Order: sequence, then C-alpha cells, then structure tokens
Amino acid sequence: MAPVVLFRAAVALAGRFPALAGVDLSLEQGEVVVVVGPNGAGKTSLLRACAGLLPVTSGEATVLGVDLTAEHTAVRRFVGLLGHAAPLYDDLSAAENVRFAVRALGLPVSSADDALTRLGLNGRLRSTPAGRLSAGQRRRVALAALLARRPALWLLDEPHAGLDAPSRELLGRLIGEAVSSGAAVLLSSHEPQLSVPLADRVVAMAGGRVTGEERGGRRANLTAVPAPGAPTSSAEVGTTHVA
Amino acid sequence: MWHDAVLVAGKDLRIEARSRVGLWQVVPFALLVLILLAFAIGPDQSSLRNAAPGIFWIALLFSTVLAIQRSVAVESGEGTRDGLRLSGIDPAGIFLGKAAAVGLQLLVLQLVLWAGVTFLFDVRVHVIWLAVVACLLATFGLACAGVLYGALSAGLRVRDTLLPLLVLPVLAPVLLAGSKVWQAALSGNTSAGTQWLKILVPFAVIYLVVGIVLYGPLQEAA
Repeated sequence: MAPVVLFRAAVALAGRFPALAGVDLSLEQGEVVVVVGPNGAGKTSLLRACAGLLPVTSGEATVLGVDLTAEHTAVRRFVGLLGHAAPLYDDLSAAENVRFAVRALGLPVSSADDALTRLGLNGRLRSTPAGRLSAGQRRRVALAALLARRPALWLLDEPHAGLDAPSRELLGRLIGEAVSSGAAVLLSSHEPQLSVPLADRVVAMAGGRVTGEERGGRRANLTAVPAPGAPTSSAEVGTTHVA
Repeated sequence: MWHDAVLVAGKDLRIEARSRVGLWQVVPFALLVLILLAFAIGPDQSSLRNAAPGIFWIALLFSTVLAIQRSVAVESGEGTRDGLRLSGIDPAGIFLGKAAAVGLQLLVLQLVLWAGVTFLFDVRVHVIWLAVVACLLATFGLACAGVLYGALSAGLRVRDTLLPLLVLPVLAPVLLAGSKVWQAALSGNTSAGTQWLKILVPFAVIYLVVGIVLYGPLQEAA
C-alpha cells in the first residue's frame, strides 16, 4: 500500500526563505507520527505543505496519492488541519461553523451534530457565537469541524494548546479512533509529554530538515512491557523520547 | 460551483445579519454622504435636483467600498482564510457567493438611497424601469469588481487603505453610466438612458468572467 505521505528531499519556500529544506518523511495509513523540534524548525511548514497550503517547489512530495509539486491544492479536501488559530467565524455559532465545514464537502449535517456531541459541545455552547467562546472551547469547535470532515490525514499543529485535561484525554482517544479507522495522523508538538505517548514514531526536525527519528510511546506500549524502574507514566515516556 | 456559491452567500449574509455592520455603519454612512454632498451644493432646489443622480451614485460607490472591505474582513480572521482554502469549496463558488452577498446588501442600500434622494432632493423618477435596470446592472458589476479587487488586497497589511485606491478608479465607469441613466430616467429621456446601459452590461459581464477565472489564483497569492 502506498504511503499516505511521502516526501523525498522536499523543498518549500516561504517567500524566499526555505521553510522546508529537503525533507525526507513517510507516513503510512493508520500511523501516528509526532514531529518535534525547536521554534523555526519547519514543523508548521511541514504540516502546511502536507495540507496543500504551502507549495512544494522541488523534490518529491505525495500526499494521499496527490503529487504536491504538480497540483498542491487538489489534496485539501481530503485532509484536516488543526492549526494554531481556530478557523472559525466569530459571528456564527459553534454549530453553524461546523455545519458550514461539513456542507462544504457535501457531507450530511448529521455528521456535524455527531462531532459536536463527541466534543462535548452541547446545549447553549452550540448556539453561542464562536467569538464569545474561550480559547479552549474554540479549539474544541475546530476539532469538531475536523472530526466531522472525516479526513484521511489529520494534521495537528500543537493540538494540546489551550485544552484542559479532559479535552486532552479526549483528543488522545479521537486520534486512536482515527488511526483505527485507517486515517493517518501527523502531529507537531512542543509538549512531548502529551504527544509522544500517542505516536508510533517521533521525528525530530531542525532547519527545515528531518534530523532524527525514534519509536513513539504508542508503539512502545504495544510492543514492550516496561522494565522495573523504567518510566511508567505517559509524561515520563514522552520526556525520555525527546531528551 | 452553484452549491458552493449559495453556501458562501448564505454564510456571509448570516454573518452580516448577526454583526449588523451593514445596518449600523454602511447605511448611515451612505445617508451621511448624501446629506453632506447636499450641504456642499447648497439650498437651491433646482441645483440639488440636477445633482441628485451624481450624489446617489457617489454615495453608492463609497458605500460599496465599505461593503467590500467588510466582505474581505470576514475572511481575515486568524485561521479563517486557511479554513476557506481547505474547505474544498470551488474558488469560483466563493467568488460568486461573496459577490451575491455584497450585491444583495447593495440592493438594499440602493432602496434606502433612492428613498433618501426622493425625500431630501424632492426628485421623481419618470422612467422607473430604466432606473431599476441601471441599479441592477450596476449592482452586478460593483459586486463582481469589488470582490475581485478585495481578493487582490486581502493578504496585505495595508488592505484597508489600499482597497479604495484600487477599486474607486475601476468603478468610475459605473459612476458615469449610472449617473447618466438616472438623469435620463429623471427627465424621461429613455433613449439617452438606454445608450448608457450599454456600458453597464459589459462592465458586469467582464468582471463576472474575470472574477470566476482569477479569484482562485488571487486567493492563493494572498
């Protein structure tokens, strides 16, 4: 089966600056890859390139079978991107924002309602204008919109930011369910203690390149029994992988 | 494309209905322009009647710029521009939907302005169909050209000041033709009015076609 994401020496420019300077990366169906690295490493640019928002100018870049060097916009309707800012219209309610995202893809409105329920956005929260919601609530609405679109590739940029503990746990469950149903997840994070336990692989980036790779906590949990004295909490596992 | 256009137009109109920017800012601004230009012309009733068509169209043009700025601002929120690009909506559908939403607002605005010039300047339109056709064609052209130039300025930090500079010269033919048609409609000279309608038709068609073709690339460039 072809990889969901396949980058070989992929270069993408942000203006004249190489945001991606020869990235090599592959992501299989049902796999979670966490990207870590310092600010300016190219994590967000990698996610935006995968979403078809940042054109790949040279190298090889294929996402869900779409050649990004030839037609980067064609992949957009098949991916879900949760960026730093929630893509919400402040004057529309939470429910209207999610329904708009769903109708745009021609999906049934019921999938929007299901996603809102799943994210715990019920009652008055649904009819509240997005502009009056807290940052965490806006994040949950954006996540509901992503969930309702049922993308084949989830692109999550700092997804834990602004979420409270129950929402973070829910996010972990949603990622698990997504990969179980065949989706792939590419997640960038500055909070490895939260993200690495979710990962099959952890990829390190610096200077617009992939500089290293390790197994993630999800694979470790599946394949290994912790030895006595080894890290047991997800936070410890995460810290171990990043150090 | 048509499904997408209806979706986007519905979204923009719902946002306008909730924010009430059009009701509390654009409409009062248009009436203010009407009144201030009347002050500048003076109290002479015949001068006001002669200037009424020009005042109507100048007020409409300035208000159009506000409506377009508002249409651009709706998509300028953090993340919303990327959200729209990722939505899977055909860029041509976005263009048509945004133009339809702006056009509907302009039609309502023209009703208010028509009532305003009738009340303030005591003018009577003798050939109503001519004035109505001019308003409809001009609305079509103003909305299409406005949304296209709005997309051109969308990604710029100086968009609010740049947009009037870009769009007002482009809309000048609408001002000219609209004023002439209205003069003809006021005086009852139908044949003179229909001649000027011939400018409004190609203006609308050209910006409709150019908008459908170029909105996508402009959206990407922004």
